[in-house]
Parts: sequence; structure tokens; C-alpha cells
Amino acid sequence: MLNVRGFSVGLATLVLAACGGSNDNSEQKSDVAEVKAPVEETVKIALAGPHTGANATFGLQLWRGAEMAAKDINAAGGINGKKIVIIKADDACEPKQAVNVANKSVDSDNVAAVIGHFCSSSSMPASEIYNEADILMVTPGSTNPQITERGMGNVLRMCGRDDQQGNVAAKFIVNTLKAKNVAVLHDKDTYGQGLADAMKATMNKLGTTEVLYEGLTRGEKDFNALVTKLRSSKVDVVYFGGLHSEAGPLVRQMREQGLDAKFVSGDGIVSNDFVVAAGGAKFVTGVYMTFGADPRKIPAGKAVIKAFQEDNYEPEGYTLYSYATMQVVAKALATGETSGEKLSAWMKGQTIETVMGAKSWNEKGDLKTSDYVMYQWNDAGSYDQL
Amino acid sequence: MDSFIIGQQLVNGITLGAIYGLIAVGYTMVYGIIGMINFAHGDIYMVSAYLGAIFLAVITFFGIDSVVLALIITLLFTIVFTALYGWSVERIAYRPLRGSTRLAPLISAIGMSLILQNYVQLSQGARNQGFPALVEGSVRVGDGAQFFQVTYLQMIIVVTAFVSMGILTYVIHKTSLGRACRATQQDPMMAEVLGINTDRIISIVFVLGAIMAAVAGILVSLNYGSFDFYIGFITGIKAFTAAVLGGIGSLPGAILGGLILGMSESLFSGFVNTDYKDVFAFGLLIVVLIFKPSGLLGKPEIEKV
Repeated sequence: MLNVRGFSVGLATLVLAACGGSNDNSEQKSDVAEVKAPVEETVKIALAGPHTGANATFGLQLWRGAEMAAKDINAAGGINGKKIVIIKADDACEPKQAVNVANKSVDSDNVAAVIGHFCSSSSMPASEIYNEADILMVTPGSTNPQITERGMGNVLRMCGRDDQQGNVAAKFIVNTLKAKNVAVLHDKDTYGQGLADAMKATMNKLGTTEVLYEGLTRGEKDFNALVTKLRSSKVDVVYFGGLHSEAGPLVRQMREQGLDAKFVSGDGIVSNDFVVAAGGAKFVTGVYMTFGADPRKIPAGKAVIKAFQEDNYEPEGYTLYSYATMQVVAKALATGETSGEKLSAWMKGQTIETVMGAKSWNEKGDLKTSDYVMYQWNDAGSYDQL
Repeated sequence: MDSFIIGQQLVNGITLGAIYGLIAVGYTMVYGIIGMINFAHGDIYMVSAYLGAIFLAVITFFGIDSVVLALIITLLFTIVFTALYGWSVERIAYRPLRGSTRLAPLISAIGMSLILQNYVQLSQGARNQGFPALVEGSVRVGDGAQFFQVTYLQMIIVVTAFVSMGILTYVIHKTSLGRACRATQQDPMMAEVLGINTDRIISIVFVLGAIMAAVAGILVSLNYGSFDFYIGFITGIKAFTAAVLGGIGSLPGAILGGLILGMSESLFSGFVNTDYKDVFAFGLLIVVLIFKPSGLLGKPEIEKV
């Protein structure tokens, strides 16, 4: 009996295991990226983000960017001669887990600074822990306004804010698309609902009122009932605040039910996984989204982008944001300061050259200039700046 | 409110309900026979979606172009391997605990669910996986903006749910295997004395449940075009709710519960508010349980003396 059991479990296991790991090689790497195993002193920097879970594709973008930046900085002598070691901190885009990994980074890993988190709902609770421990936190991708609005001296970001992003989307919907019936949808999450609310506020100011404002549940796949409702409200533009896992099936079911309303979303869908979640490029063709001006087009990053492409990796989405964050964190740590409050105060007085151009911050810790623009997805399954 | 929109929402609800029902069968059969809730069942369904995508890729690789043939072969392979998973889960996590307290297998079921989720995440990656849209097209009634449509896939899903239900009901009520199942359900010890291998019967029940999950896995992947390692959780909870609503332990109850749940979600979402559709669905469950504690078609538990 035992043999039969071993055989069947083994066989069934085999089918899944044998076919795995085809496209996520980088995820298999060890948790600690020691670029050149140094015996001497190192500087530990935590990279916090969704390295697993439904949004792991963003964790991968952050990882590729930070890893490459650390390698380049270490090759140029590190931080005052000390090599950077990245500690992977996985929050799976879950607020509860974010608190756990934040505590671990602070208490047992003793990191010098934190790059992350990615999801706003993770960044919010985690930032409290870094604030108490007085550790510098620079998020490459959390766009919820509240992150820098709470007066935490140690928190900065390398991206725009959802009120800026929502602004751009609202103007585009009202002025360019000249929409009449707009539906505003969100995923009831800090990021998604925050973005949808920001867009709605500007749109209302511009004189357009939404015909529908509703939230769907993260993790579900069937939005047919909602789509039918969109159809009966005769919407011509659907705005969605949320991530690609829900945006994909939503836009697919709209097209399947013959609703050809324009679909507009934010930087939560800026990943090739959006195409996969929708089940094909034909469903996402024509979808609009807001995102910072394509970092791949900024001249300062040419050499880095080439290095990525030679490594067979297209630095999409937040990859270069993560690279730039590592650069500014390394610059700050080179001052020899350790207090997060003082490091961020120093950064706010500087203009730092990064792979995405020169960056400077205001008193709150937001970037002085935000550069949200509209993009459109094409039938090849990638996106172009409009 | 025009009738086309109501019709469309009914179609949406029936499709969703049929999917819930197919998965609910796995919960209800296992509960019926050994009185435990197999929380890993939702993850068996998730595994079947991955297996389906893998087999479809392999079959396409061997150059089988006919969609119908490719789908049938994929379905057969997926059923066999998902059944192996269902059987293994019972063998590893539940059988050694038989005869211990009622709560022990419940905890090991939750453990099994976590193991399957993490195992798939590690071996397959955490990203979304796509499934090609093999069955396209629909029937539309009405014209212009006023229409309602039923896709061929929605028809296949509903028909499959009812046909599999019919076959299962036949097996349970008319065959000797079914008689052995019912005997095991009523009194395992007496059934054993009468020469029924109850361990084998219980294994078969797990295999049957897994087969239904595999059918659902393939249909859902075809319908929604993508899946990830986490889909088993929410769908599992909903299917379990459907099983309780219909009366856990009752086969027609599983389908009825699925349809009512899918329908109420759809109609509430469509005509009231999407934010609170789950609140409504679970509220309905509470109301039903207050008036009929054993569910709509469930038999009240009789204390055996």
C-alpha cells in the first residue's frame, strides 16, 4: 500500500514541479543578494515588497532594479567602501505581513535603510515601525497621499501621489475623451479606492458626475454582474482604481459582453501580467493608464537600460524606480548618518542625480515635480506613451 | 429596467451558481460520508486549473489542432491527476486521523490547504497564469444596445453542472457502489461488519469530489482566461457556503445552494450594490439557517443510539 501511495503522490507532484520555474527564474534566487561575498563590513538595505502573492510581479520589478543598482554601486566602491547587501523582505501586499517583515528588518536584520514597501496598504502600517525605530524608508511605488501626509520625518517616496495621478486621469477623461457617462470602480483597498476617489474629486470639479461608483472584491474573478450593470447604465468610460489581477478579468468580461466603453486605470496595471490576467492582448488593446513619464525614455538611464536588455530583461513598470531609489538611499547613507529623520532631512536639501534624472523632495517627502502622463496598451501586449 | 438586463443578470447568476455547485459537491459528499469539512477541496480545484493548463500546453505541443479533441484529452488527463491529488490528500491527511476527535481532521485539512497553496506558488510562481480562449462565440437575443447574450461556454458550464449532478445522483442511489456509500454514511462499523471496505469507499468519495473539482477547474479557466495559486480560497469559501445553504450532505442541495448563492450575488450586485453583495449572500445564509438549521434540502441530524 505504501508503495502505491508514494508513487501516486510522487507522480502528481512531478507534473506540477516539472513544469514550474519557467518564467520566474529570478524568484528562485536566494533571499540575500551578496554581489561579492565580502568579509569586511557591509551595509544592509531591506527591499520590502510583494515578492510572493498575487502581486509578485511588482516585487520582481523592484528586485531587478535594486539588485542591478546594488551591483553597480558595489562595483564603483560601495558606500564609503562598504558593500551593499540587499535583504529581501516579503510583505505579499498584505498589511499584516508587512508589519511582521518590518519588525524583522528592524529587530533581527538591523538594516540601515528600507526600500519599499510597494502596496500603499502595506507601506502605511510598516512606516510606523520604521518611524519608531528611526530608520529611513523610501518607497519606490506607494502612491497613496496619506503616506507622506502623516508628518513622518523618515519617509520619502520616489514616485508621484494618487491625487496628482487622479488629476491627470480626470482631465484626460473629461477633456480628451469627452466622456458623458463615467463609471468609477475600485477594489476597496488603500491604493485602489484612494486613487479612484482622487480621480472622482477632480472629475466632479471639472463638472462631470459619475453615473456609478462601486467597489469590487480583491481576489474574485467574476465581475459579469457588474459589467451588465455598466451596460445598463450606458457608460462610455470606465475608470478603475486597483491592480491588474482584477483589472484583467474586468476588462475581458466587458469586451465579452460587447461593452466597448473605454477603460482607464492607474499605475496598478503597469505590468505585463495585466495582459495575462485578461487572457490575451486583444482584450487590453486600447486600455488607457496613468504612469510617470516613461523612465525608459529619460537619457540618464540609457546605459542601465541597455544593461538590463542585455540580460534579457525589459525594465518595465517600477524597475527603474527601484534602481533610482537604491541610488538615492546609497547617496544618503554615504553621509555616515544613521538616523532616518536626519537622513531624510539631508535628502530634502539635495538634488540627487539618478537613473531617472535629477530628483529633489519637498518638506513632506514628496518629489518636487511629478510627471504623470497617459499611456495606452497596444495589440502587441505592451504600452506606449500618448 | 428592461427585461434584457434582468435576463442577462439571471444568465450571469446561473453560470456563477453552476460553478459554485460543481465545487460544492466535493464538500457535501465528504461531509455526508465522514462528517468532516474538507477545507483543502478549494485548493484541489486550484491545482486542477494548473494541471489543465499544463496538459493543454503539452497536447498543443504534440500538434493536436482540433479544439474539441484537445479539450477532451486535457479534461481526461486533468481528471485523472486531480483525482490522484484528492486521493492522496485523504490518504495522507485524513485517514491516519480517523477515529480521533472531530476537530483533528479539520485542522489537518486547513494544513493541507496551506501546503497545496504554497507548493503551487513555489513550483509554478506567484504570477497570474493565462489559459487560451478556446471556446468563443455566443447567442444574442435582441438588437443594438438592447440585448442579452449567452456565450457557448456559459451553456456548457450549466449543462455540465446538471449532467454531472445527474450522473452522481444515479451512482449514489442506483448502483452497488452508491449503496455501499450510503451504508458507510449511516453506520461505518456495521457496514464494515457486512463486508464493505469503508476505507476504500471513503477514498472513492474523495476521488469523486476531486473529479467534479477538475471539471470546474477546466471550465472556469476557459471562462475567465486566467488563474493564480490563490483562486481556491475565495471560490472554496463560496462553494462551502453553497453546500451549507443547500443542506450539507445533500447532492441536489449543493447545486440548489450554488444556484441561489450565484443568483443572489448577481442580482444584488446588478440592481443594488456590488460593494455589499457578499454581505447580502451571507445574510441570506443566516436567515435560511435560522429557519432551517440543516439547510434547504438537508436532513436534520438524528442522534444515533
